[in-house]
Amino acid sequence: MAVRTYSPPWRRALGYLALAAFALFFLGPFLIQLATSFKTDADAANNSLSLVPNPVTYGAWERIFGFTDAAGLPFGRWLTNSVIVATFITLGRVVLDSLCGYALARLRFPGRQAVFWSVLGVLAVPGAVLLIPRFLVLKELMLFNSYPGMILPIAADAAGIFIMRQFFLQIPPSMEEAARIDGAGVFRTYWSVILPLARPGLITLTILSFQGSWNEFQMFLVATSDPQYNTLTTGLAKFSSGQLGSGTQYPVTLGAALLSTIPVAIVFFTFQRHFIGGQLSSAVKG
Amino acid sequence: MTTSIGSEPGTGGQGALAGTVQATAAPPRRSAGSALRRQERWAGWLFVLPALAILGVFLVVPIGLAFWVSLTRWDGLSSPFGGGAEFVGLGNYRDLITVDSLTRQNFVTSVRNNFYFVLFTVPLQTALALSLAVLLNNRFLRGRSFFRTAFFFPSITSSIATTLVFLFLFSGGGAVNELLAFLGIDGPNWTADSRGVFHQLLRPFGVDGPPAWAQGQVVNLSWWDWLAGPSITLCVIIALVVWTTSGTFMLMFLAGLQNINEEVLEAAEVDGATGWQRFRLVTLPMLRPTLILVLTLGLISTWQVFDQIYLTGNNPATITPAYLSYSQSFQNSAFGVGAAIAFLLFALIIVLASVQRRLVGTGEED
Repeated sequence: MAVRTYSPPWRRALGYLALAAFALFFLGPFLIQLATSFKTDADAANNSLSLVPNPVTYGAWERIFGFTDAAGLPFGRWLTNSVIVATFITLGRVVLDSLCGYALARLRFPGRQAVFWSVLGVLAVPGAVLLIPRFLVLKELMLFNSYPGMILPIAADAAGIFIMRQFFLQIPPSMEEAARIDGAGVFRTYWSVILPLARPGLITLTILSFQGSWNEFQMFLVATSDPQYNTLTTGLAKFSSGQLGSGTQYPVTLGAALLSTIPVAIVFFTFQRHFIGGQLSSAVKG
Repeated sequence: MTTSIGSEPGTGGQGALAGTVQATAAPPRRSAGSALRRQERWAGWLFVLPALAILGVFLVVPIGLAFWVSLTRWDGLSSPFGGGAEFVGLGNYRDLITVDSLTRQNFVTSVRNNFYFVLFTVPLQTALALSLAVLLNNRFLRGRSFFRTAFFFPSITSSIATTLVFLFLFSGGGAVNELLAFLGIDGPNWTADSRGVFHQLLRPFGVDGPPAWAQGQVVNLSWWDWLAGPSITLCVIIALVVWTTSGTFMLMFLAGLQNINEEVLEAAEVDGATGWQRFRLVTLPMLRPTLILVLTLGLISTWQVFDQIYLTGNNPATITPAYLSYSQSFQNSAFGVGAAIAFLLFALIIVLASVQRRLVGTGEED
């Protein structure tokens, strides 16, 4: 009876055509970005739609990697800073969010409900409201213009705690009970029984934390003023704020922006299942 | 035998097991069970404490500090808590809302800009995300994971990187204008055009300037300026944000579509419903919870747009409250005003979110 799966060939062709057009819409800008990074400044400004650089030049990339002296972007410095802060923030979130999420899911202690509601409350605070508060507290604690000042404020996050709590709730309590029969304490149980079971959740949290901290902009913008602490996001943003449209240095700017995209892209394509998996676990039926 | 061990329901099981196992040791069962409970009590706090400390010290307390600053006149140099800032009470809020001043004009302009930004971005991103999800939700589609990845990819890229690309694409001689030139259209200088879109649409009808009725001033802006629509530069940001967010919302819609029972759709088809009717009368009502979620998230995030605005510079045609709060503080050294703007934005988001909740519910109840 169910014949609704059949659709005439012309309609299927139309569907694929629409999908291809959308794919071009979503990926086209990246292709133009890639092509532009191999163009000369003049070529980029005059033939910006062309995907074929004419002539092909590596000038932008040589500047990005510091092979040429001409007042290049201190890209190596930005990259190093991004790696440092993203590593520590990710590490902090994976450890602290999962500890807190586990306690909220499984441990019985007075005040647990209150802690849970506070975390939910924090989750509801709009990020844009935090610019000045974060600057204030870093200044008071003498952490302004320092790595700890960039890392500590976001080394734990309410969203991560919430995600981990949901993961731990899915693990059957019988696993813990078995460990405790063997006389394991709370921490021992957590470390050697629960964490291995929560691996998919930990991977998801790691990826989301890395992506979030690598792309973070507002926190680093208000935590630093000294250029030596610029990351890829703040460095690029300060370099080009209000200057775009004036038509200069597109190849080097877009090349640097592309390079800042690549680490997240690699993580995304490697662990795609974990990015999308949670939301679409039941999606692919066939 | 275990009733005395756990005071809360549901704790008896574990206590009993621990008690049984350690029964051979000297201490009585009862204390073995409550030792475990005690361990859980302090372990629980030990586990949550580091994360709570960070959220408290760097998020909750600072919001309180910033509220204090919003009641002062502070230049950002000395400490605002040791007498370095002059207390002005609600003066900053008054300047922003009731006093006819340049500060208020900027604030009102930023609210207008953001209003038009939300008005266009939220429906566009929701409609695009839903269309993509419907296109992808076909069992017989080949290359589905490729398309899903392609559509989602902009969502995970840094906002700074994508904004730089879009500002390039929309620059005067950029790719978008080259495309328009193929169609014989002379595109505007997108990134430097502060004219309102609605004004531009009125031009062909011979309306080049404000008609008499639109010249009256309402809260620092004329009717004409209030009704300008988003500036042409702001349209670039609208396109950009639609492009970067629809992938995420598409995933939410896809998950929602998976939950729709195929049999209901088949039954509708047997009853003679066309494809459009099935979508409108069966799919859409069943997607209501997802739709409400997407609209709520969209509304909350679009009122906070900042990164993209930062890159367009301090431009009255694009400033938003979030950006104004930043620029007043960090560029004009008026931290009191900046903080007050942040709290007004906070209040606005809370009010809008709860109004929406009142109007359409959470989508959970049905």
